[in-house]
Amino acid sequence: MAKFKTKNDKGTPGLNMGSMSDIIFMLLFFFMVITTMRESSLFVKIVVPQGTEVSKLEKKSLVSYINVGVPMNDFQAKYGTEPRIQLNDQIADVSDIKEFVEIERNSHVEADRPLLTTAIKADKGVKMGLISDIKQELRGAGAFKIFYNASKGTKK
Amino acid sequence: MSKKSTPGLNTSSMADISFLLLTFFLMTSSINTDMGIARRLPPPLPPNQEPPEVHERNIFIVKINSHDKLLYNGEYGRIEDLKARAKEFLENPENKPDLPEKIPTDIELLGTVDVSKGVISLQNDRGTSYDMYLQVQNELAAAINEMRNNMSQAKFGRSFADLNEAQKKAIEKAIPISVSEAEPTKVGGTN
Repeated sequence: MAKFKTKNDKGTPGLNMGSMSDIIFMLLFFFMVITTMRESSLFVKIVVPQGTEVSKLEKKSLVSYINVGVPMNDFQAKYGTEPRIQLNDQIADVSDIKEFVEIERNSHVEADRPLLTTAIKADKGVKMGLISDIKQELRGAGAFKIFYNASKGTKK
Repeated sequence: MSKKSTPGLNTSSMADISFLLLTFFLMTSSINTDMGIARRLPPPLPPNQEPPEVHERNIFIVKINSHDKLLYNGEYGRIEDLKARAKEFLENPENKPDLPEKIPTDIELLGTVDVSKGVISLQNDRGTSYDMYLQVQNELAAAINEMRNNMSQAKFGRSFADLNEAQKKAIEKAIPISVSEAEPTKVGGTN
């Protein structure tokens, strides 16, 4: 009895993983380039209204955001269920907007200051009373360029 | 000389490391989707100044009440009609006496064009929803964009978005965004 095992249980050859890291790195760089860091987490629920005539917000570094909406479920015990304003990463009052604008303005070089835009990112259920108050504060603070956030959509 | 080659680095975990980095960036970043309508607020009025007088024919009043219903110059109206109404008001194609007057103005690149003196006055209530307000702003923007597009097609043969800066400026001067916002009323409730 010849005890020679014919070696034909070859199996599939292993995949070469050498270029795997290159591919993943490429993906990584792609995402790093097209995205921006999330600046602060939202405390308020926002579903922006839809519009057909929306345009892109230019020069992101010159934009400060005012978020308006009902606090998220986790924060309702603390902040109530009425629409609130979020500036940076804290819930604030309308009267805090002046200071916020002032701080934003001082953090930019003088040449950029007239170009500063304030984006109002408000939930579509918010009443205009609050938005009007915000606009009055912005007028008083001298931040005249505003931007109403909306998503591109079709007509209702 | 012993020719001992350096042992190769084991790079099989490189992919794992870069995967980790990739997931980190995917989670902490967001793809930019900031779209919206840009507007300019008027500077605050000096306290003792009377508002300038505007001739009745030059003003188109749009009111939104706390139930999101619209009133155009005192008549009940629908949002679907707003764009057409605003366009008719600002263009006044037949030079009707009850629609705004037009002033021939010299504008670089365009020559002499009629610039409408019409102002759309927008008044909302404190109880108006932001959604409705934005819909109205959107319709007004649509009317103005359409007029600008028409003019740039007529003058330059291209759509407004494809014009260069100087041409855009000229058209913006010929068709300004003449929307004025009045102080909101307080009929409809608290907030």
